[in-house]
Amino acid sequence: MKKPQTGQPMDRVDGRLKVTGGAKYFADHQPADMQFAALVCSTISCGAIASISTTKALRAPGVADVVSHLNAPPVPGYKKTNPGDKNGLQIFRDNRIYSNGQPVAIVVANTMERAVYAASLVEVQYNQETHYTNMEAGMDKAFQNNRMKDYSRGEINAWQKAPVTHSAQYTIPLEVHNPMELAGIIAHWTSPDTLTLYAKTQGVKSVQETIQELFEIPEQNITVHSRFVGGAFGMALRVWPLEIATILAAKKIRKPVKLVITREQMFTLVGYRPNSSQKISMGATADGKLTGITHEAVAITSPYEDFTEGIVAMTKFMYDCPNVNTRYQLVPLNMSTPIWMRGPGEATGSFALESAIDELSYKLKIDPLQLRILNHADTDPERNLPFSSKYLKEAYQIGAEKIGWSSRNPAPRSMQENGMLVGYGMSSGTFGAYRGKATVSAILKSDGTLTLQSAAADIGPGTATAMVQIAADVTGISPDKITFMLGESTFPYAPEQGGSATVSTVGSAVSDVCHALLKELANLAISQVPAFKQTTPELIIYEDGQLITADRQTKITHEALLQQQKLPEVKVTATSQGGEERKKYSMYSFSVHFAKVHVHPATGVVRIQHIVSVADAGAIVNTKTARSQMIGGVVGGIGMALTEEAILDHRFGRFVNNNYADYHVPVNADTPPTDVYFVNKKDPYINPMGSKGLGEIALIGFAAAVSNAVFHATGIRVRDLPITPDKLLHIVSTENATA
Amino acid sequence: MNPFSYVRPNSLKAAIDAMARDHSARFIAGGTNLLDLMKNGVTLPEKLIDINQLPLREIRQDGNTLHIGALVLNSDLAAHELVKTQHPLLSEALLAGASQQLRNMATVGGNMMQRTRCTYFYDTSMPCNKRQPNSGCGAIGGINRMHAIFGASDNCIAVHPSDMCVALAALDATVLVAGPKGERRIPFTDFHRLPGNTPQLDNNLAKNELITAVEIPPHPFTKHICYLKVRDRASYAFALVSVAVAMDISDNVIRNIRIAMGGVAHKPWRLPDAEKALTGKAPTSDNFRLAATIATQGAKTYAHNGFKKDLAFNSIQTALLKAATA
Ligand SMILES: Cc1cc2nc3c(=O)[nH]c(=O)nc-3n(C[C@H](O)[C@H](O)[C@H](O)COP(=O)(O)OP(=O)(O)OC[C@H]3O[C@@H](n4cnc5c(N)ncnc54)[C@H](O)[C@@H]3O)c2cc1C
Ligand code: SF4
Repeated sequence: MKKPQTGQPMDRVDGRLKVTGGAKYFADHQPADMQFAALVCSTISCGAIASISTTKALRAPGVADVVSHLNAPPVPGYKKTNPGDKNGLQIFRDNRIYSNGQPVAIVVANTMERAVYAASLVEVQYNQETHYTNMEAGMDKAFQNNRMKDYSRGEINAWQKAPVTHSAQYTIPLEVHNPMELAGIIAHWTSPDTLTLYAKTQGVKSVQETIQELFEIPEQNITVHSRFVGGAFGMALRVWPLEIATILAAKKIRKPVKLVITREQMFTLVGYRPNSSQKISMGATADGKLTGITHEAVAITSPYEDFTEGIVAMTKFMYDCPNVNTRYQLVPLNMSTPIWMRGPGEATGSFALESAIDELSYKLKIDPLQLRILNHADTDPERNLPFSSKYLKEAYQIGAEKIGWSSRNPAPRSMQENGMLVGYGMSSGTFGAYRGKATVSAILKSDGTLTLQSAAADIGPGTATAMVQIAADVTGISPDKITFMLGESTFPYAPEQGGSATVSTVGSAVSDVCHALLKELANLAISQVPAFKQTTPELIIYEDGQLITADRQTKITHEALLQQQKLPEVKVTATSQGGEERKKYSMYSFSVHFAKVHVHPATGVVRIQHIVSVADAGAIVNTKTARSQMIGGVVGGIGMALTEEAILDHRFGRFVNNNYADYHVPVNADTPPTDVYFVNKKDPYINPMGSKGLGEIALIGFAAAVSNAVFHATGIRVRDLPITPDKLLHIVSTENATA
Repeated sequence: MNPFSYVRPNSLKAAIDAMARDHSARFIAGGTNLLDLMKNGVTLPEKLIDINQLPLREIRQDGNTLHIGALVLNSDLAAHELVKTQHPLLSEALLAGASQQLRNMATVGGNMMQRTRCTYFYDTSMPCNKRQPNSGCGAIGGINRMHAIFGASDNCIAVHPSDMCVALAALDATVLVAGPKGERRIPFTDFHRLPGNTPQLDNNLAKNELITAVEIPPHPFTKHICYLKVRDRASYAFALVSVAVAMDISDNVIRNIRIAMGGVAHKPWRLPDAEKALTGKAPTSDNFRLAATIATQGAKTYAHNGFKKDLAFNSIQTALLKAATA
């Protein structure tokens, strides 16, 4: 048996293309006669457009058109809905303004610079109305969406009766995905009902579906290309109004139009992690058994859509606690709609839950890691099902050992190093291990190469690489002869890349289609090659691109088999999805994060010194790309913990730090040595590879590990992210100034 | 960005002449600030005068004085042997600024002339007296976490964002400028202004004048120096508060000392009273604490920057201690 390809740290199949500039991202495409667009965006937060004067803009050099609600081509799909219902923002449908930064017009010119300049010449008058962008001030408008009903098991608010209790409020500011690559699209109507799009998307098929619904043209007339995506973190999980605006402009001027939005516009046009306020209350017996948890969350949404995510999800099943109740409410504000941002709601929820567990541990005088193990849920207390696999305890153990947890003095503010306060903190994270439905085609050519196609996406994790490894293991074909193609709507269906499910979903379909392909080849050999006449597909050995009889006496290569039959290729398509196992087991990935921090005793500056993150994500398909995934998640977590916060001036409803200089994503200097470990044990039920998801758990829980470490270092609990120096300053004793 | 014309004069005189003919014109050096201002519609020059051809790239020793041409790049200046050995405070301050990529483009003159990072100044749909006199100050009733605690006015509470300038103020540098009427010299501490009633003016350079060089006189500060920059992330962030300290200690007595702060005022903020209080004293924590108390007296804070007073108090002591023990 050859060494399996899965589990190896294989280099990215498209790595060279990416680092040499060979990878074409959406904005790199140049259909003939392409025009350039720029958006004019609202400077008020609520009201209506009174007038738009385009005279000056239209007179500027190179300008083709200015498209707005006054002159945009109709969107047939709008008719299915009533204006004012929660339909999302229906761009250019009418003159309503719901939020600051909402696009009010799109200017098209023959160069980008001219479009941008002309956009600055469009004069918009508004009838302004009172706006609301402050969640705290809007609590009276909080409501519950039907998707997110109250949950309870056991007794409601049982924590109140416990001998040891903790209750506190945790807040997380609005965060923006801010991938390097800006959002945008190239739209090209090649005929009045045929549309080609070069998109930045996490799912070409869902773009196709949305456009089909809105423009009512046949699905096969809509082609979406998105082979390379320069990061997304969730912001490209849907079609945004900016894309519809571009499609409308292209329709109107009958030329291909490209729009790439600005960094500032990334804050208002492509979603964000909604700011939230969470109250967690918990009680335990004196010896540390949890008796009740109450988790109440409030987060913001737009006026025209209810955005919900799994903020309270983790609380329901993470700990073996008999009484749990949760509530999740939304406050509609004059803001654009949020969208899942890496780790989505679970990252938000875990900050509160895992901070609260830490706080409780100090009240109980029990080591926070010990407290978690004491309350470990061996089975899922929410659904009353066994877990398909759960190696969380092993992950705790690995992490504790690698960071040196045992040498931690449990007392807050008890450890120092080179004049710095030292703290160790830890936390856990979890996210559903999903498996959706996907279809993959496999084309084996008579030259022995295998091409796999599916409309999957790769926003960075290395999708194609993992798929090649999975295919190599099933087929016995060498990885360098396998190509996995994605990001084309003409390929068979795959869902969006989201929820850490691509390896599970698309990988399963790759596995299935490769098995189907082998069967096809076996049948070919059995019916056509004398030496194989007596055998069955199950008995054949598949190795190195050959079919080998069980006695190893006869071999035939794929090339020879196809060439003998004069077949240029064999093509097989298979659809794959999970079955009954999801009803029998609860499926989750788990992560554990440990952080060691330094806090400067005089300035309150926190610097993370060492991170250990451990994932229980089933079998790891590619240890190299998986490690990169984990590090990426950790960097996102550092931002969440220490630096990221999009700040609004509520008087205007405008962001005041909407650029890379002032919205602080972590830089290299903020990122300490990060050790990543995998439990790397197969999940027996989830899918053929035994792999659970990884992308979200890399971040989920991380912020709490840092804030717990900061508490350990300083004795100060910061419940309001991010932990900037000013929040630790009031604790600093000025006698303590150190060099 | 609006359409503009572009010239690249070869001589100082040609550059100054070009400016005299066109009032909306701007000099462009590294462009790292000016281009952002143009893209945001804050500055709309009809002409750019690219000064990169001018012979202002020299770093040389004139007697005991260090002469730094206005076009010397921030990264070259920080790495220069004379600067590292004779003026290490300047080198440290430069390296604390921006990012490597920006320092590779940014010039000494441009750094001095960079505008505030006040967000209201950059957003043309919000009020700002500095950008548009009499439109109101967005920051005073708005988000002002990054704003000034010293020397502000009711018209503007912006800070000057430079790190380099804090060190140059501490080192008593002199600015050399050239204009239609010839050359003049401006003490560095008089170069930048407080906002007062004219927040639109950042400094005392006349519109048609060009910075040609900065000179640093001889000083004894090669050992006991510290540039402490407290910021929200480890690199590539503007100072919440920064402190430049240079002292000369012998026989456990501070013979000579300079202290300046960044991130707290509309100009690099020298602390003459604290300097006076420490001159002739022993470098002890108690004395440093007293100096920090003196230095932060009279700080005026706003809704979100109250922490800066405490941070300044702590940071001054930390920087003094660090310099003393260096
Ligand atoms: C994201 C970001 C982060 C930054 N962080 C920091 C930081 O942490 N610390 C810091 O100190 N700085 C920081 N900076 C600012 C940076 O230092 C300045 O942008 C740079 O020094 C400006 O120099 P320049 O040559 O590019 O100037 P330009 O952009 O070319 O010019 C700026 C201004 O100076 C004028 N000018 C240029 N040269 C002369 C001259 N010789 N005479 C008269 N006028 C002149 C121009 O007309 C223009 O008005 C940051 C900048 C950015 C964009
Ligand atoms: S502080 Fe100064 S720069 Fe900022 S808004 Fe006020 S006037 Fe403008």
